[in-house]
Amino acid sequence: MVRLILRRLGLGLITVALVTGIIFVAIEMLPGDACVAYLERDAVGQRLENCREQLGLNRPAIQRYGLWVGAAIRGDLGVSASGGKDIATLVGDRFRNTLLLALCAIVAGVPLSLFLGVVTALNRDKSADLVVSSIAILAMTIPEFVTATVLIFVFSIWLEWVPGIVMTSAGAPVAAFFPEIVLPTAALTLVMAAHILRTVRSSVIEVMASDYVQMATLKGVPYWQIIFRHVLPNALLPAINVVALTIAWLLGGVVVIEKVFNYPGLGRLMIDAISDRDIPVVQAIALILATVYVAVNLGADVLTLLLNPRLRTLQMRGTR
Amino acid sequence: MTSAATIPEQSGGRLTKLYGVLKDIMSRPSGAIGLMLVMVHVVVAVASPWIVPFDFKRVDVDLMLMPPDGGHWFGTDQLGRDVLTRTLMGGREAMFVTAIATPIAVCWGGFLGILLGLAGGRIDDGLMRVVDAFLSLPWILVMLLVIVIFGSSMPVLIAALGFFYGVPVIRVARAAAHTVVARDFVVAARARGHGRLAIIRVEILPNVLDALMVEGAMRWSWMLLAFSSLSFLGFGVSPPTPDWGLMIADARSLMSVGPWAVLAPIVALSSLIVGINLTADALAKALGIDRAQKAPV
Repeated sequence: MVRLILRRLGLGLITVALVTGIIFVAIEMLPGDACVAYLERDAVGQRLENCREQLGLNRPAIQRYGLWVGAAIRGDLGVSASGGKDIATLVGDRFRNTLLLALCAIVAGVPLSLFLGVVTALNRDKSADLVVSSIAILAMTIPEFVTATVLIFVFSIWLEWVPGIVMTSAGAPVAAFFPEIVLPTAALTLVMAAHILRTVRSSVIEVMASDYVQMATLKGVPYWQIIFRHVLPNALLPAINVVALTIAWLLGGVVVIEKVFNYPGLGRLMIDAISDRDIPVVQAIALILATVYVAVNLGADVLTLLLNPRLRTLQMRGTR
Repeated sequence: MTSAATIPEQSGGRLTKLYGVLKDIMSRPSGAIGLMLVMVHVVVAVASPWIVPFDFKRVDVDLMLMPPDGGHWFGTDQLGRDVLTRTLMGGREAMFVTAIATPIAVCWGGFLGILLGLAGGRIDDGLMRVVDAFLSLPWILVMLLVIVIFGSSMPVLIAALGFFYGVPVIRVARAAAHTVVARDFVVAARARGHGRLAIIRVEILPNVLDALMVEGAMRWSWMLLAFSSLSFLGFGVSPPTPDWGLMIADARSLMSVGPWAVLAPIVALSSLIVGINLTADALAKALGIDRAQKAPV
């Protein structure tokens, strides 16, 4: 058991290590470097040399890679090229804001989608199911920026219930983001909930058709007892992985939503940093997002292993 | 897990099978609606330069943000350009780029995936780690980096979408191939001494093709989503070329004054993507593939 978890952890670490390699190579391919971008027209002669000396850009690539990874492990993400601010503090606030947004969407979306998923499955092909499932397909397929635009139009411009754009600065206390955070949360929740709902629905339908549920029905076990004792535990296990994947995806998909609502999170910072060619910041954000993705997936894997005795023994034997 | 391991039918050519699948799709209400939406969009994209009522880039300051009337059915945008014209033409570039990039992604991802599924062992393990690493990066970061490095010209977008959207296909193809490699007919082909490529072509591909087709349809809609998101963010199509993402971004700030300028491209883009998804779902059901466990990667 412990060995299995350690193995998963090892695989996760390897993935993160590969990600650092991919990021570094991609960044190396960018034309010009941080100093050229920062100094712009002054990027000639001695001034350029000094800047490169200062940021350590004149060392060989492999050495810079080692230094970057080494520092990142110690929590030092370097300094941004534009303005020379410490990236760890620059990113810190934004990361907190993105986590806040994601957390709001998870708190609102996960229970809602689990509930609706079970309800639609139990009322399969009835009008309630058709309505909810259709909305879910719409929410899932339409691009985030379209959903966000429609939400702004309806709830901000037309009904004037909530502000349509976030004006709060990145470092403001958490409480300052309400009620501005409502619409970004709604946009994020819609997409996320749709994915989870669909998985839970089909998973419940599958379990309802299984032999043991039919057996229980034939034995005369009360309906709700079948649902809670036999169906839900079996149907919700596979949902854990989808919830994890959705959350992990959400951290990337949040980029567009943050940009639409002007939300001061990691995603908007990333787009701005890419436009400004602020390479150290891009590197840092890419690393954080990839690590979170791996960590969330790892957590879901471990949780599934712990909760499902069948999978536990099954995976002991095979090596995957 | 896909159940692609059905034995291919002995009798009847490919055309018969295609006809059967099409009939199956059309017999489901959602599939029929989806396929019709996609077909209307394809026809409009091809024919739009000849049917649009106005020049898509004609700016007229006297007609800024005019509401819909008899002359301009969908009104005009903030530069006095006809919204109907631009909406009809707004999907051309997106559909052209993604229509080329999708087969590229499915082909290379599918081929490598099958190869890995067949090979197994160390190579398989190692390359899957690289695939995982790529998948753990948000698509938008990867695409933005490519665009900053190589620009956002059409060949670059095709190559980038074709490459990066092929990576998740590797996983699907590998999983589908895994369900086939251990079966008798593959073992028999190996015992007969067939080469690896021959086994892939004759034994595995027919059994994996269904899964790949469904995956391709899904990739197409995700690519469209990526393309229009990039345009929306200002990294894709450059003005004055009409593009839905760009049109929505431009008209959004004036939404309270002229909602028609943002509504038309929203309806166009959404109907295409919903259409593709409905078709893909119906296709999956027609081919007997379970897409329910599909993760949003």
